[in-house]
Amino acid sequence: MSEEQIKNLEAQFEARIARDEKIEPKDWMPEKYRKTHIRQMSQHAHSEIVGMLPEGNWITRAPSLRRKVALLAKVQDEAGHGLYLYSACETLGISRDELYEQLHSGKAKYSSIFNYPTVTWADMGAVGWLVDGAAIINQVPLCNTSYGPYARAMVRVCKEESFHQRQGFEIMMKLANGTPEQKELAQDALNRWWWPSLMMLGPTDAESIHTEQSMKWKLKRKSNDDLRQQFIDQTVPQAELIGLTIPDPDLKWNDERQSYDFGAIDWDEFWQVVKGHGPMNKERMKARVGAWEEGEWVRDAAMAHAEKKQARKQKQAI
Amino acid sequence: MKQNLYNYILGIADNSLILGQRLGELTGHGPSLETDIACTNISLDLFGQVRSYFQYAAKIAGDDRTEDDIAMLRKEREYVNVLLVEQPNTNFAYTMARQFLFDVYHLLFLQELEKSKDLTLSAIATKSIKEVSYHERFSGDWIKRLGDGTEESKTKMQDAIDGLWTYTDELFHQTEADKAMVAEGIGVDVTKLKETYYKKVNEILEEATLEIPESKWFQKGGKEGVHTEHLGYLLAELQYMQRAYPNMEW
Repeated sequence: MSEEQIKNLEAQFEARIARDEKIEPKDWMPEKYRKTHIRQMSQHAHSEIVGMLPEGNWITRAPSLRRKVALLAKVQDEAGHGLYLYSACETLGISRDELYEQLHSGKAKYSSIFNYPTVTWADMGAVGWLVDGAAIINQVPLCNTSYGPYARAMVRVCKEESFHQRQGFEIMMKLANGTPEQKELAQDALNRWWWPSLMMLGPTDAESIHTEQSMKWKLKRKSNDDLRQQFIDQTVPQAELIGLTIPDPDLKWNDERQSYDFGAIDWDEFWQVVKGHGPMNKERMKARVGAWEEGEWVRDAAMAHAEKKQARKQKQAI
Repeated sequence: MKQNLYNYILGIADNSLILGQRLGELTGHGPSLETDIACTNISLDLFGQVRSYFQYAAKIAGDDRTEDDIAMLRKEREYVNVLLVEQPNTNFAYTMARQFLFDVYHLLFLQELEKSKDLTLSAIATKSIKEVSYHERFSGDWIKRLGDGTEESKTKMQDAIDGLWTYTDELFHQTEADKAMVAEGIGVDVTKLKETYYKKVNEILEEATLEIPESKWFQKGGKEGVHTEHLGYLLAELQYMQRAYPNMEW
């Protein structure tokens, strides 16, 4: 294809996106579009899978049968999200094994929030309320993103995430309205998860390298800072409602902006975690790589068994 | 309170409780995303059953105890699950062998419990049969895959079957509560399930090209509350919150 032809295709492609048409797997797409989508969708899938670990950590210790069942179902949903996000990613011509390899080698990223430990039961509430809350703010605009399989996956993911978020808030509410000891658990969890949740919405706009191109492709519809402000404005009244205090002395309502002003985020901490030196980065990767390596003989056996079965079937047919 | 009925329900539900807890340990650590989802799903089914049984048991007790008190506030000697279900997740072969050896029994048991004169137990059985039929198919398929897969998987699966075989006989022991409930037309006579059980299990093992263990030495005690050393640790996790923060609602 000549350079001119490619330019022509690209122009048509961008026009389709501008008209809000969906791009489907078999459509022509620029290589950069494909790569960017593989990166973002797999990062999202990896986040679901790694995100199972901090919550899975409390399944065996959930305080009641009702909470245990809800937590199991939630972590199972996350595995399901991972599964269909990997499948959506595979439509771009990369295999799940290759994507795992990128995760295990550290080449691919996942949401850095999952590198914090879940140390008390209240963290199950905080993670659902804050982390899923921030995730929804990030993800709802993606239901209208330009790549069809991703947009459709996100519709389902968002529905389930908003259920998880309500569930998390309900755990926090119960604790906040409980005994003094329970309220302390809730406040402590909020103190530990608040700032990492704000960081989860990404670096400030000035430092975000992917924003402009992603905006054009509707992979991103608002800047990180706008999303962060939205999250804060939405979450502060919820904390007030259940009598918890946001751990930010500089937080105050700005009447002029009709938004909350908030204190400085410790970006050094953010970059430390992103670069692999958070409290749980090594443990999370060890758990993922460990499960994969220990499972190899199982996957090999399943493959060998399927081949034997197929061979027997063919033999019978002859 | 109807003590025999209460004890009888615990005898059924503790198996699901302890096995569900074991499977819950694995969430996020499975050999593939699909098996992870399936094992979590089985755990969910089992805990759903546990809740139905314990809510009923709490009603029979007639005091202020709840499903969670029954599940989480008994002492080691008061849990009456069979030894099989408390065995650890040594590896995926053990997990699937334990599941399979229990599922075959569980399904046969529920099919009889469905005929119980006790309408609540019968209704729980009807609902659970749908779930457990799937469990049995899932674990049975894995016995075949791993038995008739690679050399390595065959060795591992044979090892798991051999290791767990000693716990199968206890499934068919009758407790005092069992006998009383059988006499009233409420309980299942588990002694009558034994022949069909081994026939079904052996069929699958043969299809999986595995050896049927010849050992006639069996362990027992779970149904009387005398467990293997594994159970104490499982209970420590299961009960942690209720013990550390007593008398609170969650």
